[in-house]
Amino acid sequence: MTAAGSNEAAAAPTHVETDVLVIGAGGAGMYAALEAARAGATVVLADRSLIGRGGATVMAQMTVAAALGEQTPDHWEHHLSDTLAAGRGLCDERLAALLCEDGPRRLREMDSWKVGWAREDGHIKQAQAPGHDRPRCAYVDFLSTGPAVSRTLRSQLNAANGVRRIGDLLIVDIAVRDGEACGATALHVPTGQAVTLAAKAVVIATGGLTGLYRRNSASSNMGGDGYALALRAGAELIDMEFVQFFPIGHLAPRLVGMDPIMWDPFRYKLGGKLLNAEMREFEQDYATRDNRSDGRYVLTRDLATYAITREVEAGRGSPAGGAYLSFQHLPESEIRSAFGPVVDRLAANGIDLDKHPVEVAPIAHYHMGGVRADETMQTRVPGLYACGEAVGGANGANRLSGNAITEAFVFGACAGRNAAQHALQRSMLWSPQTSRPALDLLRSAQRRDAPNLAAVVAELKALMADMVGPFRTEQKLRSALEAIERLKGEIGEIPFSSAAAFDPVLADWLDLRNMLLVAQSVTVPALARTESRGAHQREDHPGLDDTWCVNQLVTLSRGSIELSRSTPSTGRAAA
Amino acid sequence: MKATLAIQRGAPGAPAHIESFEVAFEHGQSVLDGLRALRREADPSLAFRFSCINANACKECMMLIDGKVDYACTVRLKEGVTDLAPLPKKALIRDLVTEIAPPDERLLPRP
Repeated sequence: MTAAGSNEAAAAPTHVETDVLVIGAGGAGMYAALEAARAGATVVLADRSLIGRGGATVMAQMTVAAALGEQTPDHWEHHLSDTLAAGRGLCDERLAALLCEDGPRRLREMDSWKVGWAREDGHIKQAQAPGHDRPRCAYVDFLSTGPAVSRTLRSQLNAANGVRRIGDLLIVDIAVRDGEACGATALHVPTGQAVTLAAKAVVIATGGLTGLYRRNSASSNMGGDGYALALRAGAELIDMEFVQFFPIGHLAPRLVGMDPIMWDPFRYKLGGKLLNAEMREFEQDYATRDNRSDGRYVLTRDLATYAITREVEAGRGSPAGGAYLSFQHLPESEIRSAFGPVVDRLAANGIDLDKHPVEVAPIAHYHMGGVRADETMQTRVPGLYACGEAVGGANGANRLSGNAITEAFVFGACAGRNAAQHALQRSMLWSPQTSRPALDLLRSAQRRDAPNLAAVVAELKALMADMVGPFRTEQKLRSALEAIERLKGEIGEIPFSSAAAFDPVLADWLDLRNMLLVAQSVTVPALARTESRGAHQREDHPGLDDTWCVNQLVTLSRGSIELSRSTPSTGRAAA
Repeated sequence: MKATLAIQRGAPGAPAHIESFEVAFEHGQSVLDGLRALRREADPSLAFRFSCINANACKECMMLIDGKVDYACTVRLKEGVTDLAPLPKKALIRDLVTEIAPPDERLLPRP
């Protein structure tokens, strides 16, 4: 490993070598790094934010689903049945089975690392979440699952041998040689230096794309950059049209210092009533009609999003444009015993649950689609792996509550182990030539301040929310594609910059290069899918269409997006 | 309502200067909301760290707010002037950004 002086950065980029490069240090990336190191590989764990701070894991509030059988007897096959049912025919059963079968082992491993799963009468407490047939979701009180998971994995990484952690490192492109992944090229954000990374295997663990939407529950770095990296490296994306909207994201009053998805745990523990402007409960109206319904009173996320949006459209929304969520029927003591110190944090925001309802509305929360990988987490590009939310397929058209952190653990561990095995059998393929295009891109950056790229990012997010949101039409999707093309023209091919050190303008440009490609990768298959299934709802094509029980694949060919179809995989992964 | 953010800007090796921006806000919005609006509306080159935006989970947006170390995502915007400066005991990178990563999580050793 060498480190060039900053004054010669332009001439000699800093170069780093490793067996396995893991991109993204959320739950999946940290687990991948730990497993790769356990398998004997040297690892670089890179994140554009700080290690273990960015991404979605740290934001998780509560549920982690696994058939532990602690609360009530359970078997992973029951968890699988629920996962497949929620996925509405599109799950890759190999990946879903891997998630459900290996989940309990990973939750117990986290338990042995002292994550602190909530306990009751000596056993791990498991809550029931919508779509699960029994209590299956472990959690850490109070609303601390994400921070506890991140802290635990960070501690394990601190103690691990062979893992080098590098924060503030923005990966620009995967390096590819003769069709194989062999490293990456990056921007070191604090100095503005280019960095080249040689690796025998690369793992994409960058999370999802909910940062593409105006209202979302993501960290700032979740604009889908890993999907763009994978596409440009030659990998396929799958199920990109399926963006999960979390139905009861906090809307009003303004709440700071808390995650907008925090009301789900409140509903798991306390029930709570979803009311329209007439102060009438309406979930039941949507649970018993048409083929959007699963016939249950407690609506899964896609149905609840539909219900709230329809109520708003019918003029029965709350003042801020959502629904009311009320806990006023509960005594203050019960709310406090369930959420302890959280009640005080709410009070500091002027929220008093036993006196007033809050307003909630759907918010972009998770992406079912992602990089297509086999049951070893390898993409079609040899040496390129993906894990966590960045992988598509396991959850089909709709994800069950609680499966996201479990898949981060399971797929992270699987990708890390297999990437290490791959790396240990390979020689280093990286050469300076493989990083040349990305280095040239960085060196071509020019000082420019118009258009304001922060405003362009905001414009793209508004566009995706309004035109490629939970309810879609051909007209909206076509206008989205036109607008994306226009924005591509506005940012051009030459990066904008404003300063050497910690340049947010250059970061925005590199983000937009990825975000616009990924926005297209969502919109094109959404336009093609002329039916409504799970999280993809077409107002002009309501209802399931059996001929659409297929996955759509997105690839990049000479800079253009290409779409193809494939039958969902049913073969299970080997245990 | 309008808030004035008086921001200490600059990079190491040159004297810092204060730039003031006015930003419109609604009751309850955070200092981080104001900084993000400033980038969209006035100066996209303004550098500050944040990741989780609103959850106070990532702890990256720590800075000096009216002379006190605090999180930009939880301190509310107010009418009148709010002074913002980088953390005083950390190495300055630029504007409100300091080196807060643990030493073994950095690419380069401290110069």
